[in-house]
Amino acid sequence: MTPIHWFILAFAAFALSRAFLRYRHKDITPGQFIFWAAIWIVITAATFAPAVSSYVAQVIGVGRGADAAFVFGIVLLFYLVFRLYVKLDSIDQDVTELVRKLTRKQEK
Amino acid sequence: MNQESCRVWVVIPAFNEAQSIARVLADLAAAGWRNQLVVDDGSEDETAAIARQQGARVLQLLINRGQGAALRTGIEYLARAESPDVIVTFDADGQHLAQDVARLVEPILKGRADVALGSRFLHSRSQVPFFRALILKAGVFFTWIVSDIPVTDTHNGLRAFGRKAYASIRIRQRGMEHASEILDEIKKRRLTFREAPVQVLYSAYSRRKGQPLANFLNIGVRFILKKLIA
Repeated sequence: MTPIHWFILAFAAFALSRAFLRYRHKDITPGQFIFWAAIWIVITAATFAPAVSSYVAQVIGVGRGADAAFVFGIVLLFYLVFRLYVKLDSIDQDVTELVRKLTRKQEK
Repeated sequence: MNQESCRVWVVIPAFNEAQSIARVLADLAAAGWRNQLVVDDGSEDETAAIARQQGARVLQLLINRGQGAALRTGIEYLARAESPDVIVTFDADGQHLAQDVARLVEPILKGRADVALGSRFLHSRSQVPFFRALILKAGVFFTWIVSDIPVTDTHNGLRAFGRKAYASIRIRQRGMEHASEILDEIKKRRLTFREAPVQVLYSAYSRRKGQPLANFLNIGVRFILKKLIA
């Protein structure tokens, strides 16, 4: 194993353990835990078995396994940024609603 | 107070407008519009105290949440507490003229429209700076494409809503995007509207307090994004 393999393995293990801890503390739902676990397992698998990513690349019509991982990574990042935006917007709306509701006390 | 103005309330969202709010309220009162609600949007200056001294009713948001949130707060409050025939929205920075309010209220009281929208481009004396006019016209095009509503002006804070309109329009966007959202809601709720010529005064103060031109692009992007996730 090369240093990059060790690094990815250590990071994936760390990220997976964090996801598990957050799930155990009920900070995330079972669905969210499965989503994150799947992401890190796929990343680890693609690192240690490049044939898997090469096979996926062939199936979806992208040249090399590394390219397939790159495309998948970009799509995933866009999706996560969008989810983050939706979440932030929801929190923003909650704050506004809270502030607006507090003004109702002034009406009495 | 004339009989007409008794059924009309003016809601004025204000953020750090201590310099202009007294004159705005006095001008409105002099024009016969004495039912005034100032929604202080978390100002750090004396805006709320000055508005109270002038005899306006005041609601205060604890922190600044934007003009959309302030307007929604004011309109919902008036709908509950006063149920007026017409609610007029009026900017606090002194760029609107109190005598233009009658032109917006009239079509609603006469049943000719649910909403009246002020348009600076229909008024011969509005001297809109060139780049601002260009951006606002781009906004008009944007509104036509996105919301399918033909107007000559967007982001004009002087408007009037009849009972049906203020009861049905939902302002969810807290920032300046609410101006596009209101037009969107007019179309969605199938409300009738009319545009009326209103003069917009561009003083050094109102230009400083108004939207920077570069912000209009952000407003458009935020409006579309929020429309997508709504």
